[in-house]
Amino acid sequence: MEHIRTTKVEQVKLLDRFSTSNKSLTGTLYLTATHLLFIDSHQKETWILHHHIASVEKLALTTSGCPLVIQCKNFRTVHFIVPRERDCHDIYNSLLQLSKQAKYEDLYAFSYNPKQNDSERLQGWQLIDLAEEYKRMGVPNSHWQLSDANRDYKICETYPRELYVPRIASKPIIVGSSKFRSKGRFPVLSYYHQDKEAAICRCSQPLSGFSARCLEDEHLLQAISKANPVNRYMYVMDTRPKLNAMANRAAGKGYENEDNYSNIRFQFVGIENIHVMRSSLQKLLEVNGTKGLSVNDFYSGLESSGWLRHIKAVMDAAIFLAKVLIEKDWISFGHKFSERCGQLDGDPKEVSPVFTQFLECVWHLTEQFPQAFEFSEAFLLQIHEHIHSCQFGNFLGNCQKEREELKLKEKTYSLWPFLLEDQKKYLNPLYSSESHRFTVLEPNTVSFNFKFWRNMYHQFDRTLHPRQSVFNIIMNMNEQNKQLEKDIKDLESKIKQRKNKQTDGILTKELLHSVHPESPNLKTSLCFKEQTLLPVNDALRTIEGSSPADNRYSEYAEEFSKSEPAVVSLEYGVARMTC
Amino acid sequence: MEFAELIKTPRVDNVVLHRPFYPAVEGTLCLTGHHLILSSRQDNTEELWLLHSNIDAIDKRFVGSLGTIIIKCKDFRIIQLDIPGMEECLNIASSIEVFLCLFSRIQVLQALSTLDSITLMYPFFYRPMFEVIEDGWHSFLPEQEFELYSSATSEWRLSYVNKEFAVCPSYPPIVTVPKSIDDEALRKVATFRHGGRFPVLSYYHKKNGMVIMRSGQPLTGTNGRRCKEDEKLINATLRAGKRGYIIDTRSLNVAQQTRAKGGGFEQEAHYPQWRRIHKSIERYHILQESLIKLVEACNDQTHNMDRWLSKLEASNWLTHIKEILTTACLAAQCIDREGASILIHGTEGTDSTLQVTSLAQIILEPRSRTIRGFEALIEREWLQAGHPFQQRCAQSAYCNTKQKWEAPVFLLFLDCVWQILRQFPCSFEFNENFLIMLFEHAYASQFGTFLGNNESERCKLKLQQKTMSLWSWVNQPSELSKFTNPLFEANNLVIWPSVAPQSLPLWEGIFLRWNRSSKYLDEAYEEMVNIIEYNKELQAKVNILRRQLAELETEDGMQESP
Repeated sequence: MEHIRTTKVEQVKLLDRFSTSNKSLTGTLYLTATHLLFIDSHQKETWILHHHIASVEKLALTTSGCPLVIQCKNFRTVHFIVPRERDCHDIYNSLLQLSKQAKYEDLYAFSYNPKQNDSERLQGWQLIDLAEEYKRMGVPNSHWQLSDANRDYKICETYPRELYVPRIASKPIIVGSSKFRSKGRFPVLSYYHQDKEAAICRCSQPLSGFSARCLEDEHLLQAISKANPVNRYMYVMDTRPKLNAMANRAAGKGYENEDNYSNIRFQFVGIENIHVMRSSLQKLLEVNGTKGLSVNDFYSGLESSGWLRHIKAVMDAAIFLAKVLIEKDWISFGHKFSERCGQLDGDPKEVSPVFTQFLECVWHLTEQFPQAFEFSEAFLLQIHEHIHSCQFGNFLGNCQKEREELKLKEKTYSLWPFLLEDQKKYLNPLYSSESHRFTVLEPNTVSFNFKFWRNMYHQFDRTLHPRQSVFNIIMNMNEQNKQLEKDIKDLESKIKQRKNKQTDGILTKELLHSVHPESPNLKTSLCFKEQTLLPVNDALRTIEGSSPADNRYSEYAEEFSKSEPAVVSLEYGVARMTC
Repeated sequence: MEFAELIKTPRVDNVVLHRPFYPAVEGTLCLTGHHLILSSRQDNTEELWLLHSNIDAIDKRFVGSLGTIIIKCKDFRIIQLDIPGMEECLNIASSIEVFLCLFSRIQVLQALSTLDSITLMYPFFYRPMFEVIEDGWHSFLPEQEFELYSSATSEWRLSYVNKEFAVCPSYPPIVTVPKSIDDEALRKVATFRHGGRFPVLSYYHKKNGMVIMRSGQPLTGTNGRRCKEDEKLINATLRAGKRGYIIDTRSLNVAQQTRAKGGGFEQEAHYPQWRRIHKSIERYHILQESLIKLVEACNDQTHNMDRWLSKLEASNWLTHIKEILTTACLAAQCIDREGASILIHGTEGTDSTLQVTSLAQIILEPRSRTIRGFEALIEREWLQAGHPFQQRCAQSAYCNTKQKWEAPVFLLFLDCVWQILRQFPCSFEFNENFLIMLFEHAYASQFGTFLGNNESERCKLKLQQKTMSLWSWVNQPSELSKFTNPLFEANNLVIWPSVAPQSLPLWEGIFLRWNRSSKYLDEAYEEMVNIIEYNKELQAKVNILRRQLAELETEDGMQESP
C-alpha cells in the first residue's frame, strides 16, 4: 500500500479507443492494492489487475486534462483523461510501482485467498501428476526409465527432478552430456508415442563452439536412437534459423556437427528468437490500435509484423507434436515464465510472447478441427489471462526448482481446480468424444489457413466482435438439452405413477389420496416456456482479468437486447459524414 | 443453329477426371449442347455435370498422345480432364471453346444478335424434374410489394409511366413515386437523369416514415443545367423543415469529371434542402481485376505467409467490401438515427447504387433477412431495378479478354451480406449456402431469372413463358431446408455491423471453397444442426408430456372431487 498516494479520482474520462470523435465515458477512478477500478456513470465497472499492466504512459497535457494510457498484457488498452495533472502523476507513479513488483512475495498469488482449506489446496496442486502422464504414454518401459540424476537439481537447475532417459544411458553419460549442453539441459524424453515406439526428446543447444565435441553427448543421442528401434534414423530438429545457430558458435555455443553423430539427420526449422517475436507482437498491436484503420494498412501491418509468419513457422515445426499438454510440455520443463511474461521487474529483453504463440497455434488447430478439442477458445483465453495475472501459483517462477524454493504449493493456489470447477464454461459444445476420429491431427498449414485471432488481440474491444455468439447459443442449448432429458424422465415417471394410480384408484381411491397428497397444479405445468428458460448467466460483477468466473463470453444477450446496440459500433469507421 | 455441328467428338471413353480433394474418376466424357458430362458408369460414383455456361476459361496441354484439358469455372472451381488421343482432345477443347464464346462473350460473336444468342442458352431448353407448386415469376409482384407499406403511408403511388419501357429502358414497367408528382413530370425528370432513371422509391422505413430513393446521376453538364421537376420530385419526399441527404457513391473528384461528359451531381444552390455526401465505391474493371487477383492469390497454395498477405491486400477486395458496407451503414444511419430521407446514386444507378440501397435494407429491415424477404429484395433492388446481370456476369475470375462491362458487383453485394450474417449469425433466416447458390446461378444457371440486363430485355425474351424461375425451384420445402439457418430467431432490430478491418475476414466459403477440404467444418456444422434439432425434439416431447400429465391430473381431480 505504500505506493498508493491517491486512492480515488473523480471526473475521470475513459476514452473510446477506436472512436474517431473521441467519445468518452465519465466516471471515478479507484486505486486498490491489487486493482485499478473505473466506475462510469452507468455504474459499469472496469477492473484492471496491476499485474496485467504492461505499460503506463502519461501523455502531454491537454485542455481537458492529463491523458494516461495503460496497456495491458491481456491486450486491453485504456485511455483515461484525468482532470488534474497532479492526480494523474500520482496514479502514474503508483501504477509504475504496483505493476512491477521486485519480489515474488509481493505478487497477487501470495495474497489471493479463495477460501480453500489446506487439503483442498493440496488436492488442487495434485490434479496433474507428471508421473501419471508418463505412465499414460507407456513410460517407463523396456527402452525408457526414470532417472534420478537430477534429483537435487545438481545437473540442471531448470529441469524438474524426475526425468526420463534411455535405459542404456548411464549416469556418467548423462552428466557428461549435460556439461556439453547450454544450462545443462541434456536430451530428455518429452513425449512417447506408444503405438509407434517413437519418442520426442528435447534439449538445449550444444556448447560446441567451432570444433568442440563431447563423446558422452554423442553416446546419449546414440542411446536415444536405439530406444526408437522402429526408426532407422533419428531426426534432430533445431528450431532456430540456421544463421542464428551459426552465429552462436562464436559464443561457444552452436549446433551438432553431423560428422560426429551417426544415423542422425539434422534439420533447421527457422523459428525466430524471443526478441524478434516480442517486437513482432508489438508491431501487430500497434497497427491494430490505429483509429480508422484501413483494410490495406491492416494487411500490410499484419504482413510486416511477421506475426502470422512466426505462427506458421511454429505450427510447421510442431505439426507432429499435435498432442498438447500444457502442464508437461511447458511448465515442468522450464519455460522461463516469469521472465518471458514480465511478472517481475527484470530485463525487458527477456520478455517474449512465446506462450501466447503456443496458445494461438492451439487456437488455429481448433479452427481447423472444431470437434477435436474438448475445450473452447474461452479456455485458451482464460489461461492466457492467468499467465499474467499472477493470481495462481502455476505460472510463477522460471523452473521447478525456483517454484519449490518459493513454496508455491503451500503459499499459493493452483489454477487448474478453478478452471475445472468452471469447466462448463470452457467445454466445446461440438466436441466429438469419438476420439478415434482425431487420434492424430493433420493440420493444413497453407498460408491462407492462418487468420488474425481477433478474440485474443481484441478481446476487450467488443465493438469489433460479432454481436451474436453461435458458440454461446450452442453451449446453452447443450445444457438445456440435458435439463430437458431430465424433465422428460421426471414427467414420464409422474405420468406412470398417475396411470397406475388411476387403474388402482377405483379400488383404493382413499388410500391413494393420502399417498399423493399434493400434485403439481395444472397452471404451472402449462407455463412450460418460462420454466425452462435457461439460468441467466451470472450477472455478478466481473473483475476483468482476475476472476476465473469472468463471463465476457456471456454478454451477448445483454448487449443485444439493448434497444440501441448501434451507437458504439457505428462510431468506428462508419458514421462520419463529410461533404 | 444446330449444336450438333459444333460438337465434333460427342463422346470419349477412358477419360480421367481430377478434382481437388476427390479421388480421380475414370469414365466416359460426353458433350451435349449445354453440358459436359463425365460418367464412370458405376454405381455410387458421382457424375460430373457441368454447364457450358459455367466455363470461364480452358487450357490444354499434351504429353505424347495424352491430352489434358484444364477447365476453369465461373464458380472458381478448377477441374482437369485427361483425354487419351490427341485428336479427341483437340476436338473436345475446340467445342468447349466455341460454347464458351457462344455463352460468355455473347456480344463478340457477330453472327448472332445479343438477344438471339441468349435464347440458345440452357434455361430455354431446361425442363424441370420437379412439380412447380408456386410459379416464381409471380412470387414478387411490384403491386404486392407496394401493399406492404401502403398501409403505413399514403404519400406514395405506383406509376405505370414506363409500361412500354419508353421513359426508362432499364426500369420495370411499374415504379413507386411520390403521390404528388404526376407522370408528365416524371417524363421530364427522366430526361434530366442518366439513362432516364428518375428518382424512385427503394425503401420505406416504417419506424419513422423516412425513405431511400435511388436514381441515375443528374445530367447537369458543365454549364450546370437544372430541372425544376427533379427538384420538386425529391423535395416532395421531405417533411416540412426537414433536410435530406444525397449519397453520391462516387468521390467528388470523379463526380466532377463526369460533368464533361454531360453527367454531374446536384448543386447545393438548386437543392438547398439536401446535403450531399460523396463516398467512393469502385466500379467496372477495377472490381473485375480485384476479383481476378484475389482468386489467383487463393488458388496458389505455395505462397508463403508474407506473399499471401500482400497478395490479399493487393487484391483490394476487402477494401471494396469495407467501402460498400460503410456506405450502406451510413445510408442506414441517415434513415434510422438522423431521421432523414436519402437519395442515392452514382453514375448509371445500376451498380454501386443498388449495392448500397439493398444492404441498407438488410441493416434496417428485418423482413429482408428472411428467405422470402431476401428473394424479394433481389427481385426488387437488382432484377427489377435493372442491374445488367447479363453483362456483369458474362465472365468471372479466369477470363482472358476483359470487357469493360464485366464486374463482380453482385458478388460483392453477396459478400457484404455474408459479412453481416457472420456478425449476426442468428438474425438471418438463410445460411451461407443460400448466398453461394445465388452467386452460382447469377453466373450460370438452368433457370431464367438472371438472364437479360433488365425487365425490358426479359420481356422481349419471354422468359416468363419460356424458362423456369429460380424461385420456383428454391422455394420448394425440400430445397429450402438446405438454405435455412438453424440458428435463426427473428428479431426486429436494426443491426449495425462493424466495418473495422479486423471484423471483415475473407469469405472462405466462396474463395477457398475448392482449395481446402471442408470436411471437419462441415461435420462440425452437422453437429450443431443436430444439437438444435435434438433441442426442438426434446422441447416438443416435454410439451406433450406436460399436457398429458395435466390431463391426468384434471381427470384425477374430477374423480376425486365428487
